[in-house]
Amino acid sequence: MGNGTDIGRVRGLGSAKSGSKHWIDQRLSAIGNLLLTSWLVVSLLRLPNFEYDTVATWLAMPSVAVPMILMLISIFTHVRLGLQVLIEDYAHDDGNKLVLLALLNFYVIGTAAFGIFMVAKHGFVGVAGA
Amino acid sequence: MAQNPARPLSPHLQVYKWGPHMAASIFHRATGFVLATAGMLTLVWWLYAIAQGPEAYATFQSYAVSAGKEATGWQTASNWFFRLVALGVVWSFFQHFFSGLRHLFMDMGAGFELNANRTGAMIVFIAAATATGLVALLVASRFLGI
Repeated sequence: MGNGTDIGRVRGLGSAKSGSKHWIDQRLSAIGNLLLTSWLVVSLLRLPNFEYDTVATWLAMPSVAVPMILMLISIFTHVRLGLQVLIEDYAHDDGNKLVLLALLNFYVIGTAAFGIFMVAKHGFVGVAGA
Repeated sequence: MAQNPARPLSPHLQVYKWGPHMAASIFHRATGFVLATAGMLTLVWWLYAIAQGPEAYATFQSYAVSAGKEATGWQTASNWFFRLVALGVVWSFFQHFFSGLRHLFMDMGAGFELNANRTGAMIVFIAAATATGLVALLVASRFLGI
């Protein structure tokens, strides 16, 4: 497969311009994480206690739910890029690498969707039946 | 797929002499993994518990925080397991946070001189340990009554 031409020899072996996008996205999501996790730490420390009513009221506020959803997006973007590099460094077998990258994407997208849905549901309908 | 086994690979941990700079680098990766798995799963479990109501929140608390005076042996074991995990996650958070901040400075081309780089790496470890200690003290005195 593809030993004849220059393009055939390099195809599929790694970055051809898309690598710098990965690098920049990792930094942009890092800045997002820096701001949003700082917000979370300060916001948590300002809570008087962690009883159910306190945190339920807190999480339902738009000024908490929106940054929480943004934080989940920023963090899981960062996780996807970061763990991708980790897998690429340590999984040397192409088959294993493909499986691990697929699992990583399932984990990241699934957990992020679940978390975002929970925050949104809580903001929109509160606790069902309460 | 045909691969040249002698192709260059990322160097592994054992080829390095341990020092602050390489330690900051490998801990950045290791703590990132801890945060991505244990950290995010616990956070999402907590958000789920809040959204699902007082019963789900009580279940979260009884396993992850404290089951109170009527705790079963299993719950007490789970509480201490999660406290250790929480300590690990909090330390990982601050280590990754400060180390990441250092990376952003280095991405601008600053701090590559040997001494500055070494000092920066050591500050990251000290800042992370200090912040973790403060949070642990706060939680222990305010919420666990230890």
